Amino acid sequence: MEHHLILRVVTKMLVGPILLYALYVQFHGDFGPGGGFQAGVIFAVAFILFGLVFSLRQLRKLVPDWVVHQLVALGLLLYAGTGVLTLFLGGNFLDYNVLADVAYQGQHWGIIAIELGVGITVFAVMLSIYYAFAGRPPQLDDKDW
Amino acid sequence: MELAITILLFLALVSCAIAIALVRNLFAVVMLSGVVSLLAALLFIVMDAVDVAFTEAAVGAGISSVLMLGTIALTARNEKVPPRYSLVPLAVVSLTGMVLIYGTLDMPNFGDKNAPVQTHVGPSYIERTPKEIKVPNFVTGVLASYRGYDTLGEVTVVFTAGLGVILLLGGLGKRRKRRRESN
Repeated sequence: MEHHLILRVVTKMLVGPILLYALYVQFHGDFGPGGGFQAGVIFAVAFILFGLVFSLRQLRKLVPDWVVHQLVALGLLLYAGTGVLTLFLGGNFLDYNVLADVAYQGQHWGIIAIELGVGITVFAVMLSIYYAFAGRPPQLDDKDW
Repeated sequence: MELAITILLFLALVSCAIAIALVRNLFAVVMLSGVVSLLAALLFIVMDAVDVAFTEAAVGAGISSVLMLGTIALTARNEKVPPRYSLVPLAVVSLTGMVLIYGTLDMPNFGDKNAPVQTHVGPSYIERTPKEIKVPNFVTGVLASYRGYDTLGEVTVVFTAGLGVILLLGGLGKRRKRRRESN
């Protein structure tokens, strides 16, 4: 889509706010609607939009495959690791009360940690699915659509 | 007013579904399925389920449309016209639909305060969340803390799905081939 000037300019303007909005959804999930799942998807959407307009090759240069593949596992490890950490601190698996001195603050820390894990895994899975699908065919001409 | 909006949204939903069944251009079908997801998200908002609406809009209208377009790019732009029409699929679909509608007859009405979901664990979550977790969004409290195991399971499902796609379609094989070529 090299010659689509409007698309390129609009994409450049949109990617930043979309990323910011994803972070808002991620970390404001305790207070409003949203959470890790939605934030991960929105975060991935910003990258996919970039990839659609500025070619998959440039996106892969920005976020290489191996980074995405490791993020897929990192999110899940962060989630399960939070559970293991609470085990070591003397609580049950995923019992966040033990993470801080005051029980409800521990809950807040635990929720932030596991939501981050959810967000990272969902983001990376969405992006790797996009890579897997879009990486297979030769790039389409605009005329084909 | 709310009833009118709900009826309007359902009518639009059904007409989109019929259009999807009739249209042969798959690009239009993908766009229409995105519209279906958006309408479903609006319906969820009417039902006060903002978190579900949010997910539906982001996943259904956003990501799935892009992935479907990617699939079209791999396969064909137009659906093949079948050589002859058979009534069997229509019969199967109608029968399934009737069974599903029959199943909903036993369900409590929407917003019924005597529904099992309102009388079982729901009140205890509403009572305990402000005291034990102190987050204003109860959905987050239930998903992340009280039902943390379930969410861990869901993330594992997402992880497994991603792993499957990476192993089947992704670049691992390509990378191995490249390594073999460089050796």
